[in-house]
Amino acid sequence: MQLEYFLILAAALFCVGIYGLVTSRNVIRVLMSIELMLNAVNLNLMAFSNYLDPAEIKGQVFAVFVITIAAAEAAVGLAIVLSIYRNRDTVDMEQFNLLKW
Amino acid sequence: MNLAEGVQLVSTGILGVLMLGAALGVVLLSNIVYSAFLLAMVFVSISGLYILLNAGFVAAAQVLVYVGAVNILILFGIMLVNKREDFQPISNAWIGKAATGAVCVGLFTLLSSMVMATSWQLSTEAPAGEAAIEIIGLHFFSDFLLPFELVSVLLLMTLVGAIILARREYIPDYEPADEQKVLTLRERPRELVAAGSDSQDS
Repeated sequence: MQLEYFLILAAALFCVGIYGLVTSRNVIRVLMSIELMLNAVNLNLMAFSNYLDPAEIKGQVFAVFVITIAAAEAAVGLAIVLSIYRNRDTVDMEQFNLLKW
Repeated sequence: MNLAEGVQLVSTGILGVLMLGAALGVVLLSNIVYSAFLLAMVFVSISGLYILLNAGFVAAAQVLVYVGAVNILILFGIMLVNKREDFQPISNAWIGKAATGAVCVGLFTLLSSMVMATSWQLSTEAPAGEAAIEIIGLHFFSDFLLPFELVSVLLLMTLVGAIILARREYIPDYEPADEQKVLTLRERPRELVAAGSDSQDS
């Protein structure tokens, strides 16, 4: 029964992350929402690794890879945000229409 | 149910409530600095959940990488783009929010009903526990060797790319004299602003 609790927690965290990703207008908050979603995926991986594969914990290996790539994503994302902020002088998602049309 | 299972269940509940409450705060609060600190709380709660899942090494890595690096990076990002601007209201913005909320609730219902309906084949082997760190190391250097090396190359590319993207580009109007031929990355000189003027006039 414990596995289901963790999976439902991860699903709820993922949905909160999607809501923040779509509705927030500050770019930094969008990056935070992406981090929330990545953490939800990690929680899923760890739950499966503990309950379905406890001897060969491959899920933990995958979680370490996901943590590494999330750190890389945060660094590049913030660099892009900084460079856009220098050019457009705003952090509003609705005004970043460079690639829109 | 013995005492250990009860403690495990209660602490799972407490950590889950903390995590979800802090995540909602990250998304819904209007002050972004509060959101950044609540994000740290989400990460710490998740690392507690990892400890409940017999994964001490990944819990420590989570605290080190997320709380120590990613969250500090986000805080620095907030400080660097700290422009207090009131976003122009969009007409009918509530429709988008309501639609997104409905989609998220629907997705959560779908996922949780799927989770409850599936009969998981729980393993009965003993968990690795304290030996997990050795098993992870063995995996890294045997069957996950290629992704491990690729991740190291990816981190190097990220390092270089973040520096290149975030530096101030400098396109000189004239060809510099010969003494400038040393291999340096030139940056545009920073405009000098009076301290504290950003937060008042914007």
